Amino acid sequence: MKLFNVNRRRFLRGSVAAGAGLALPTIFTSASRAQGYCNEPTGSSVVLGFNVPQTGPYADEGADELRALQLAAKHLNGEGDGGMLNTFTGSQLQGNGILGKKVEYVTGDTQTKSDAARASARRMIEKDGALMITGGSSSGVAVAVQSLCQEAGVIFMAGLTHSNDTTGKDKRRNGFRHFFNAYMSGQALGPVLAESYGNDRRAYHLTADYTWGWTQEESIKATTEQLGWETVETVRTPLGAGDFSQYITPVVNSGADVLILNHYGKDMVNSLTQAVQFGLREREANGKDFQIVVPLFSELMAQGAGEAIKGIYGTANWDWKLENDGTQAFTKSFGQEYGQPPSQAAHTCYVQALLYANAVETAGTFNPEGVVEALEDLEFDGLGNGPTLYRGADHQCFKPVLVVQGKEEPQDKFDLLEVVREVPTEQVTYDPSIFGGELGDVNGQC
Amino acid sequence: MQMTTLRQDFLFLALFAIAVLTMPIWLDPLGANYPDLLQKFAIYGIFAIGFNILFGLTGYLSFGHAAFLGVGSYAAVWAFKLFSMNVVPALLLAMIVAGLFSAAIGYICLRRAGIYFSILTLAFAQMSYNLAYSVLTPITNGETGLQLSLQDARILDRTFGIDATGGIPFPNFFGLTMGGYGGFYFCAVLLIVCFFIALRIDRSPFGMMLRAIKSNQNRMAYTGFNTRPYAMTAFIISGMYAGLAGALLAATDPLAGAERMQWTASGEVVLMTILGGAGTLVGPIVGAGVIKYFENIFSAYNEGRLHAIFSFLPDGLENFFVTVTTPFVGEGWHLTLGIAFMLVVIFLPGGLMEGVRRIRSLFSRRKSKPEQAELAPAE
Repeated sequence: MKLFNVNRRRFLRGSVAAGAGLALPTIFTSASRAQGYCNEPTGSSVVLGFNVPQTGPYADEGADELRALQLAAKHLNGEGDGGMLNTFTGSQLQGNGILGKKVEYVTGDTQTKSDAARASARRMIEKDGALMITGGSSSGVAVAVQSLCQEAGVIFMAGLTHSNDTTGKDKRRNGFRHFFNAYMSGQALGPVLAESYGNDRRAYHLTADYTWGWTQEESIKATTEQLGWETVETVRTPLGAGDFSQYITPVVNSGADVLILNHYGKDMVNSLTQAVQFGLREREANGKDFQIVVPLFSELMAQGAGEAIKGIYGTANWDWKLENDGTQAFTKSFGQEYGQPPSQAAHTCYVQALLYANAVETAGTFNPEGVVEALEDLEFDGLGNGPTLYRGADHQCFKPVLVVQGKEEPQDKFDLLEVVREVPTEQVTYDPSIFGGELGDVNGQC
Repeated sequence: MQMTTLRQDFLFLALFAIAVLTMPIWLDPLGANYPDLLQKFAIYGIFAIGFNILFGLTGYLSFGHAAFLGVGSYAAVWAFKLFSMNVVPALLLAMIVAGLFSAAIGYICLRRAGIYFSILTLAFAQMSYNLAYSVLTPITNGETGLQLSLQDARILDRTFGIDATGGIPFPNFFGLTMGGYGGFYFCAVLLIVCFFIALRIDRSPFGMMLRAIKSNQNRMAYTGFNTRPYAMTAFIISGMYAGLAGALLAATDPLAGAERMQWTASGEVVLMTILGGAGTLVGPIVGAGVIKYFENIFSAYNEGRLHAIFSFLPDGLENFFVTVTTPFVGEGWHLTLGIAFMLVVIFLPGGLMEGVRRIRSLFSRRKSKPEQAELAPAE
């Protein structure tokens, strides 16, 4: 059998096809490189990417973040009542878009998976021409998308991410975080725990077995041991365990009198509910009342845990019941739009969007180099947390941290947490070098 | 069985190559022409072809193939960190590691067939996932995922004096950077090569053996063949395909996360293969494309976008259509995919390729008669 039956006509036809095929790639290379920086907006509008979990374990947080971001886009374009635009001190925003360009947005689903989140962010950058990516409700995703944005040459404004790594060992020059972190939680919560529960407690940790859980456990352990507490044992639980009874039973006979749950999301809802059902809180150990502590709280998790959260201490980034102008303005316009108060995830995303827009106005350009410069060491107020500093050394925001407690008599399902104390900024500030990592240079090129 | 000549195969391959290389042109009207998605089409195409060698030919349904994809990704990122940002060492290392890993898992799992095999592979994959997620964090960096950093060793690059200045370097193929369309054409060429190998396996005596395993393992054993080495080889080849796909994922986007190994990822490749048509050559690639298209394009539609699409209708009708379609796009893309999958399984049990075949047979009904005469008598 003969493989190819070549005559002149067939040969010519084949070579033309091959030539066309080889030349094809060149038509894509010319246009995209001509810009000064990645996705430079040329029309009358600018595209922002809202990358939030719409499916998976943090879909509730994601839905709330998306609501807040859509509201932010409205306010930036001068629609609605303006929300925190009116209370943001030192703001350059005029409610006419950003640099006069109308704010448009694209949305995507992170699925709370790094791969899906990065694919979604890359679509926004490559196809839709997004200049900034924001949102997200998990530290793993935040770190992954942050490094993608660094490579892709756009700005990343992190959503809800609490791990020390986001602005610690995995920090990037193009990424910024407004939310607080595990270290700050520990610093803020420690003194309150000492006041309420005394200085000679014996703590038992149940920790979600992944990066965030470990940094959380480490931070809380360090602060409580400084207070004089003794750590009986730290036990790692698999993520999404569902049933925690096998981990809670040993707590009873361990000689511990405080249980610290380093869990988040559905894990926290399950472990806390089960610990309460096991009657831990009615017990006495070492002659003291047994206590449970959940270092990171959120309203959505509190709703899930229901009765179980009453009287339990934790920390939060922000709460809609705070009495300052920014909070009230934001809660009011969010409530008018959606008929419910915003969660802290919604708040942090809204603020991040405004801060980005303001930085662009200050810099007078969308070029990441200018934007980063405008955001670094920026001091601002009126966005709900009081005076805040965006530290240039690690792109972390420094502001008061809230210690919250589950309310004994909640009015409705949005009134579950009570702010016990606003821990001042100085108490939660730390030296950026303790977590290592390098910011690197700004990248504005695709 | 349909017999094809070598020339027909080459023609088939040429058509396939043209279709793949011109994807940026014909996918443009569908809104899928951007580098990331094109790369995903090619990479998951490779993954699905490899899976089809095992599932389509031998009938062994592996529910743990994502483990090999993940192992390939980790191996590739480690190769970038330790040796060089050139993709060649990364791809080779990933295929070797994935091959060894699949040999180990295959050695145990292939002792059982049918549902027991599926459950065993699923168990191993879940085990790998949990190991990668927490226990092996020093190697895999756990939840955060393994990333490149400025301090990486990159021994080969350093010895040849290619040093990183300003930022983390991007994986490249002798200067061709793996991001953007360059990355797509690199993946596309590998997809064509992989397709060619699968085509040759399909037509070879070895492929025949694999089909024999699917139709009746006992009968094959009675005729004097030891079936396990054949199944084992198919399993390893398929694992190496997955490893290659994993390495390409890491090359086009240098990060390896544990959820790449999760059971949902394993299930996804099964869906791709069945949706496209198990046992066919092109089917799994089509299935992979359809699923990735849904995941990336449908999930991005929001109400604003829908209003724009239906804006040609009068107001009332526009709002009606937007309300009706909203649950199926955005966060509802899983629902649409599920419905599409059910329709295919119910009406086209052979996958989308069966649909293509049916349409083709409609047009060539007259020609189909003489085929019966070609049936060879039994010897």
